[in-house]
Amino acid sequence: MSTEALPQKPTDPVTPHVPGVDDSATPRSPRGDTGRGRNLALGLWTALALTFLLAPILFMIVFSFNDNQGRFNFEWQGFTLKHWGDPFQNPDLAKALQNSLSIAVLTTIAATMLGTLLAIALVRHRFRGRTSADFFVFLPMASPEVVMGASLLAMFLVLGIGTGYVTILLAHIMFSISYVVVTVKSRLEGMDPHIEEAARDLGANEVTTFFRVTLPMIAPGVAAAAVLAFALSIDDYVITSFNAGQTQTFPLFIFGATRQGVPPQVNVLSTMLLVLVLLLMLGNVLLQRRLAKRDRISQAG
Amino acid sequence: MTTVPETTQHPAATGSVEQRDICLERVHKRYGDHVVIGDLSLDIEQGKFYALLGPSGCGKTTTLRMIGGFELPTSGRVLLAGDDVTQLPPHKREVNTVFQSYALFPHLTVEKNVAFGLERRGVDKHETKKRAKEMLELVQLGHLAKRKPGQLSGGQAQRVALARALVNRPRALLLDEPLGALDLRLRRQLQDELKRIQRDIGITFVHVTHDQEEAMSMADTIAVMNKGAIEQAGSAEDLYERPESPFVANFLGTSNLIPVTVEQGGADEFSTVRTSDGHALRLLRNRMWNLKGEQPVAIGVRPEKVRLWGADQTPPEHDNVLPAKVLQATFLGVSLQYALKTAGGQELTVIEPNLVGNSKGTFGPGQDVQVSWDARQTFVVEGETAGA
Repeated sequence: MSTEALPQKPTDPVTPHVPGVDDSATPRSPRGDTGRGRNLALGLWTALALTFLLAPILFMIVFSFNDNQGRFNFEWQGFTLKHWGDPFQNPDLAKALQNSLSIAVLTTIAATMLGTLLAIALVRHRFRGRTSADFFVFLPMASPEVVMGASLLAMFLVLGIGTGYVTILLAHIMFSISYVVVTVKSRLEGMDPHIEEAARDLGANEVTTFFRVTLPMIAPGVAAAAVLAFALSIDDYVITSFNAGQTQTFPLFIFGATRQGVPPQVNVLSTMLLVLVLLLMLGNVLLQRRLAKRDRISQAG
Repeated sequence: MTTVPETTQHPAATGSVEQRDICLERVHKRYGDHVVIGDLSLDIEQGKFYALLGPSGCGKTTTLRMIGGFELPTSGRVLLAGDDVTQLPPHKREVNTVFQSYALFPHLTVEKNVAFGLERRGVDKHETKKRAKEMLELVQLGHLAKRKPGQLSGGQAQRVALARALVNRPRALLLDEPLGALDLRLRRQLQDELKRIQRDIGITFVHVTHDQEEAMSMADTIAVMNKGAIEQAGSAEDLYERPESPFVANFLGTSNLIPVTVEQGGADEFSTVRTSDGHALRLLRNRMWNLKGEQPVAIGVRPEKVRLWGADQTPPEHDNVLPAKVLQATFLGVSLQYALKTAGGQELTVIEPNLVGNSKGTFGPGQDVQVSWDARQTFVVEGETAGA
């Protein structure tokens, strides 16, 4: 944020709030000169922080266009689009990505549904064991991933379930549910329970009330939870590595590939994945905004 | 499983069923050990405006929610038009509720909010649209049909909630402090409007409120609730002029309560009671019908019914008279309010209309006076008089 963007008299004691501009980056200068210097420093600092955050991603994107020779893709050797032309050239990589995507989608569907129902039960109903259920739901979030991965593997071995695609899926659904529950729960807790009562009062049974009133109202929470579940599943390495058996997922493949040299297709697919996740997040933000606008209830008379 | 056996036939249930719209029979509601409603029975006649009045936590909202089906009584029965609906869920009851928080569906337009109930009952699209429109016109919100609830003011949201309930033509409308969140002026306006709508469509309204003025100005019958039970039910006049418990006497307006002992009645229509310092006071004997004779008794009189006289003046002959000393005199413009202490140590409040127009002829602190009131205005209550 440069000071030139906001023309103002240096002696102006109060900087007007500019709508749409993040307050933390808005220059607030009681005196002109020092204020200007401070803004410059702040701008530099921000740029550094952003560079630090984004540089690795930038490298990944740039090197997807590298015309590399040999197995390694660490040195810039010229621009090419050839990797983008055929990102699925490596059949193992393509299969791994396909596994990751299908697991993520199935996890999202299952975890969102189960977690949403669980959240409704925890918030709307009083039953024996509710408090302990409420507590145990958080356990997968709190326990270290290594511990969870190991214990899941132990369980699958004891039960005689061969590790592979199904066990990865089960593991992902299991740890995603916690996050879904937390997200949907906070939305439900902010919702006036009288609204559901009003629906029942007006002749809607439980099922109709859920689909016509509860679900539309908690939709922002459910959408956020689904995006979260997808993101958690698609990049999980630790728990997956314990329970994958012979099945490859995208994170597992990349980790393995780095030992022998990363093929540039990894960069291409990672970039695609990044764009996909960014689009999902953008969609979520837009949805949240629309729903927030819809739900704004003026309390004043 | 209820541990209390169901009453097969409550005495009241033998009466004519047609007239009684809503009936609660010996209803109890407990949460664990906490008794919210203890043995409550009430009858509400068809087409009446019935108010449940009481302080917060007295169980009035719980009572309303049991009629609506949102709470199940621990024991007892709920009847709508003579049918036992105790176990029926809300969507199968012919009553609709207006919630204090309005509880409008934020994702639906005003029009769709109002149409919700009709759609659930499978009324055809054309008819639904027509009736929703008519109802919105009735509450003067036809022009806001396409708005979302988020774009309405409190008063408008309140009207939409009312329209959304009434459009279903319910047997009775349940209102849970519907005006509680509105400012005073709007509240008065909506009170008139509610009363008008109730008269126009002629269905039963059950109105929960803690505002005694609201209850008195709107309701045909007021049930004053305290600690999970109905203390007294009747018209506003009944409750104000003839309260039967110290709670009612002080919850509706203020009362001067004086502990007394009952003496033998004379030959006329009056009975005599005696204050702790020996003054005899009289009251109509037929006011004493409900005394059970086990609890302490107090007589009461409303502050505006009491007149003040100088120590040297002679109050009317048949009035009840007590000597007193003025503690404080407050000029309130429309009236003068006196705080007094009787010879027996009883504190009294007297409100005199401001008829004189200057401070002459009024009484100042420390002055000895006499208070008097028409013996017919005396009421009697049974039970501990708080602060007496």
